[in-house]
Amino acid sequence: MSPRPNGFARALRRFRDSAAFAILVSSIAGVIGTTAVSVAAAHGAQLPRPRWSADERTMLKSLSLTSLQPLAPDPSNRFGDDPRAAALGRELFFDTRLSGNGKVSCATCHVPAQDLQDGTPLAHGVGTTARRTMPIAGTAHNSWFFWDGRTDSQWAQALGPLESAVEHGGTRAQYAHVIAKHYRGEYEDVFGALPSLVQVPRNAGPVADNAARGAWQRLPSTQRDEISRVYANIGKAIAAFERRIELAPSRFDRYVDTELAGRPHDSTDVLSSNEEAGLRLFIGKANCVNCHNGPLFTDNHFHNTGVPKSKLELPVDSGRALGVRQAVAGEFNCASRYSDAKPDDCEELTFAVTEGDELVRAYKTPSLRSVAARAPYMHAGQFASLNEVLSHYNRAPAAPFGKSELRPLHLSPTELSQLAAFLQLLTTPIATPKGWLEQPSTHVNGDKGHVNNY
Amino acid sequence: MQSIRRTYQLGILAAVMLATGCMMFARPPKDLDYSRTRLSAAGAYRATIRPQGDTIPQGKLHRWVLHLEAPNGTPIDGCQITVDGGMPQHGHGLPTKPKVTRDLGNGDHLVDGMKFNMGGWWVVKFRIATATGSDSVVFNLKL
Ligand code: HEC
Ligand code: HEC
Ligand SMILES: [Cu+2]
Repeated sequence: MSPRPNGFARALRRFRDSAAFAILVSSIAGVIGTTAVSVAAAHGAQLPRPRWSADERTMLKSLSLTSLQPLAPDPSNRFGDDPRAAALGRELFFDTRLSGNGKVSCATCHVPAQDLQDGTPLAHGVGTTARRTMPIAGTAHNSWFFWDGRTDSQWAQALGPLESAVEHGGTRAQYAHVIAKHYRGEYEDVFGALPSLVQVPRNAGPVADNAARGAWQRLPSTQRDEISRVYANIGKAIAAFERRIELAPSRFDRYVDTELAGRPHDSTDVLSSNEEAGLRLFIGKANCVNCHNGPLFTDNHFHNTGVPKSKLELPVDSGRALGVRQAVAGEFNCASRYSDAKPDDCEELTFAVTEGDELVRAYKTPSLRSVAARAPYMHAGQFASLNEVLSHYNRAPAAPFGKSELRPLHLSPTELSQLAAFLQLLTTPIATPKGWLEQPSTHVNGDKGHVNNY
Repeated sequence: MQSIRRTYQLGILAAVMLATGCMMFARPPKDLDYSRTRLSAAGAYRATIRPQGDTIPQGKLHRWVLHLEAPNGTPIDGCQITVDGGMPQHGHGLPTKPKVTRDLGNGDHLVDGMKFNMGGWWVVKFRIATATGSDSVVFNLKL
């Protein structure tokens, strides 16, 4: 045996007997002990209740933008995915020459910087509309358009405001002349030769204005049909433009995707406890998902939710009850001669409910994407804030006429503020090709120079 | 074999329904019969629904095949069928007006235009009229 281990062993023995050893051992045990206790405590807090149950996870997934199906072709518009049609549609969307007074374009009310709406209860074109402007992004996924669903395609929708006396206030003959003069090349590339418009008066169309309507009725029916076809193609080009205005993930979508993937949240997708509680209410006892469901937060259907009449004196608004009749009779509907669809393709129209009390004062469930940023709310901007909206749902008052589907929720003020916090998460960026929503510079001086900025 | 498979599918369906049953605020009555094969009210027909793709989608137009036979198993064709339904707890009807668009023969009838726009308990009712009289059958669904 060498002296060193002996010396070492002796030293060790001495140390073991010392007070210092006792203190060291107890403090190590203490560290291990508290660590063990705190690990157990953390597990105790997290293990018994995972944040979301399996059903809730299914529900969350159904609301995420990742559940949005790729945009299906519109069988009624065979130009819907033609980039040349979309480029033409983009110019038309911003062109104020498509109006009775030369001052109104689609972008007058669907303002690119404001989520393609105008933030006011009733819209102002040539006159004042009876309803609130609706946002456009993602609407190509819808089956019905307008608050009352009175058209069944995006291209037929676009033809409504163009001939409305209070919106663009012009006529289809006027618009055909604008196309012939300023867009002949682009139009003919996509849709084929324009008809001759030599005999066609400047203003003619089946509109409210007596002179223009008279002029329209005096045109031979073949010529009326040719002009209406140009008019339908204007709608198809605008729809092709709108189909490229899609949605990009919101904080809510990022939260869901991270949560479902089991990844840790970071500052861009974490929810506060209030926001989480609001989400829980939204899919739970507040019943919001009954109607605001799917990745666009709409069931694409119509409900009477007891929204009061507009404060302004307006004609009686019966909502879907009238809207569905207009859709079925629509000159440009899916089953019309201007549609590219086969009769079998028009299922929404074929199987639409056309009568019954439920349609009275029923309106389309609006998407809630970006809702927090676009007060006022409801079909005529009846509510100025989300707080007013939520207090309406909480009380569920009787409808001015027809029957409301809502029942009072009896939520506390805290719960209502949690719902409001949740709705803020749905602010959703718009996704488009580059520069898509910028005013085209091709017709700033009324005449078409040749600039291609897309 | 066929019927064993059907029982098996119904078992799975029932399990899925139990699992999702707690999702909605208002729960449907506990003792609902969700079978896809049911006897009509007056016992004149045995009806079976076969939704296209087997699982019933939410928010999408789709088709069903309705199979009708007499209690003795004879397929029933050439009848007038109307479709109706809704959500008893929400007090509203179907969002569409489905129709029987084709007789496929052998007791099979194509039901077109089915759509369910929200989750929860739905009922779908078929009224079946033949020369010998009319009867109806109701199915419960859980979405
Ligand atoms: C004067 C303002 C105004 C102008 C101009 C205008 N709109 Fe609108 N837009 C509205 C209003 C108001 C509604 C809702 C009307 C209703 O439901 O009756 C609406 C609804 C829509 C919708 C329906 C969205 C949905 O979810 O159903 C689309 C799409 C749309 N407009 C596109 C256009 C296009 C394209 C143009 C140009 C051809 C246009 N709008 C011109 C005010 C306007
Ligand atoms: C019965 C179906 C239904 C239910 C349930 C429902 N909504 Fe709605 N929601 C609608 C309809 C329909 C409208 C439009 C009504 C109108 O304009 O007259 C609407 C409008 C809204 C708006 C205004 C959006 C806009 O662009 O104007 C908000 C916000 C909203 N709902 C949030 C909620 C919340 C939060 C809940 C749950 C507390 C809820 N909704 C429950 C059908 C429903
Ligand atoms: Cu319902």
